[in-house]
Amino acid sequence: MLVRIGIGLAFVTAAAALLAFGDNYVLRLATTVAMYATLAVAWNIVGGFSGYPSFATAAFFGLGAYAGGLASVAGAPIVGAWIGAGLITAVFATLLGFAILHLRGHYFAIGSLVVADVLREVTNSWVSLTGGGMGLNVPLLGGSTGTQAKIFFVAMALVAVVAVLVSLWIDRSRLGVALRCIEQNEDAAQVIGVDTRRAKVAGFAVSSLLTGIAGAIYASWVSYIDPSDVFDISLSVKPIIMALLGGVGTLAGPVIGAFAFLGLEELIWRNSLEFHAGFLGILVVLLVLFLPGGLGALRGKGAVSWILGRFGRSRK
Amino acid sequence: MLWVQVLVNGLALGGLYACIAAGFSLVWGVLNIINILHGSLIVLGGYLAFFAHQSLGVNPFLFAPVAGAITFLLGYLVQRVAINPVMGRPVLMTLVLTFGLNLFLDNAMLAGFKADYRKINLVPPLGVFEIGDIIVPIDRVYATAVGLLLVLALAALLRFTQLGRAIVAVRMDRDAAALMGIDVRRTYAIAFALGTFMAGSAGALLAAIFPISPVSSGGYLGKAFVICVLGGLGSIPGVVVGGFALGVIESYGAMFIGPEHALTLSFLLLLVLLVVRPTGLLGRRGFS
Repeated sequence: MLVRIGIGLAFVTAAAALLAFGDNYVLRLATTVAMYATLAVAWNIVGGFSGYPSFATAAFFGLGAYAGGLASVAGAPIVGAWIGAGLITAVFATLLGFAILHLRGHYFAIGSLVVADVLREVTNSWVSLTGGGMGLNVPLLGGSTGTQAKIFFVAMALVAVVAVLVSLWIDRSRLGVALRCIEQNEDAAQVIGVDTRRAKVAGFAVSSLLTGIAGAIYASWVSYIDPSDVFDISLSVKPIIMALLGGVGTLAGPVIGAFAFLGLEELIWRNSLEFHAGFLGILVVLLVLFLPGGLGALRGKGAVSWILGRFGRSRK
Repeated sequence: MLWVQVLVNGLALGGLYACIAAGFSLVWGVLNIINILHGSLIVLGGYLAFFAHQSLGVNPFLFAPVAGAITFLLGYLVQRVAINPVMGRPVLMTLVLTFGLNLFLDNAMLAGFKADYRKINLVPPLGVFEIGDIIVPIDRVYATAVGLLLVLALAALLRFTQLGRAIVAVRMDRDAAALMGIDVRRTYAIAFALGTFMAGSAGALLAAIFPISPVSSGGYLGKAFVICVLGGLGSIPGVVVGGFALGVIESYGAMFIGPEHALTLSFLLLLVLLVVRPTGLLGRRGFS
């Protein structure tokens, strides 16, 4: 418990320091890492706890981005637009969940994967509402660029904190137990009386709520979105890579993974604009082949061991 | 008359579509792996045919098996090095792994070939033939015929050769197959390579009638998904039925709601099918 409080304090101090001294570049990185952490933690609720290989993150993110963006265009107060976007996404995910969560394994993976494609094309075609492929200009917040950067960092960081708290809460609640039962053996879970469908849909909805809010904040942050950007398939895959890096199904894993992934991504982007996707691919392959348990598998091997021993405690 | 014309347009692509999906279905059924790389290998086959035609003047329809042979070797290598170590691991791992491989190959082709669309221009063009008012493009007929031929060859290989029987045996029960003296790892590698063979040759056929570009790999992968789910996983007849069904559905979809929505339509169909009938039209219960 003390360690947890310590970590929390460290994060708060770091955030305060960023707000006081960080330049726009550092704030952009920090906002991105908060967004990544939110997506990874949210994915982990479905993909980690219940073991369902969901590729729906891009769909939820894009839906949240467009819902929030359109609400702001219509003049909704910004925080209301963000939360409303999350709720819309959650309603969508609930309906979708009833439709596809009875699928297992590959079939579920594919089903969740194509949702983003369908939504992207719908957004592309529905020009009168979304502006189609021309994209959507989301109204800017007032204030200087510096102030805006700080506001979006605080907003995204708050969502990330909420995501972690929600995932902590689920982990300790009946829902978490149900999801972990499903992960181990869904048929057996049913036999002992777990309402598996309800648990799966609930997990899916909570995960999408967080993802949708992150998408909506992203839309206001970058102030211009288009369908191929916010429904990009790599948005579905990156959170999975982060969770794999940090440890799937653990509480701290996705957060650690988000930091590690952003670091690697910056490194790759800086050194190779032309071939960064290729490097990312190689990284993914190496990760799956040599470190399937995440960075935690390095524990006890040198300098990383102490840090991971403190933060990366696996609960599985 | 238009209705018949549209039907013919769809049917004229069916065999090619079956060829696109056959290898994907084989790998999924036997190795229980969704090979995200499949779409990129189709594109690679297309480029091989393009360059063979450009520099040596080789006819892409005849070149298809050669393109397949090259991707066969590549597939065998990839399976041995990268995929064998993760056999039997959870869906998430294998899916993410082939996704990573796909990112790499896609990006490599984008860097090597650029994103421009390229097309093989056959000289002289094959033209069309007409039955009454119905126009049939000959290149599509060739592509579908060769595609169907390759699918049939694959079916015959699985049915009548020792290798094929071994692959089927491993699919049914890998432990029992191993006890019967089948080298399971080698069989997996060959089955995977056969899948990439089909991808490469399908790509060569595609390049003969459509423009190719590295950015279209995702679309081909999507088609392979849809065909497998339409026809049912793990059977060659299923792939043929699914291929023709998708061809016809896309064709009518293009007529009613516009060609740019063809893939979206098939994805929607896929979602509906997954919800209503996850085993496909001809399928049995697949591997989970």
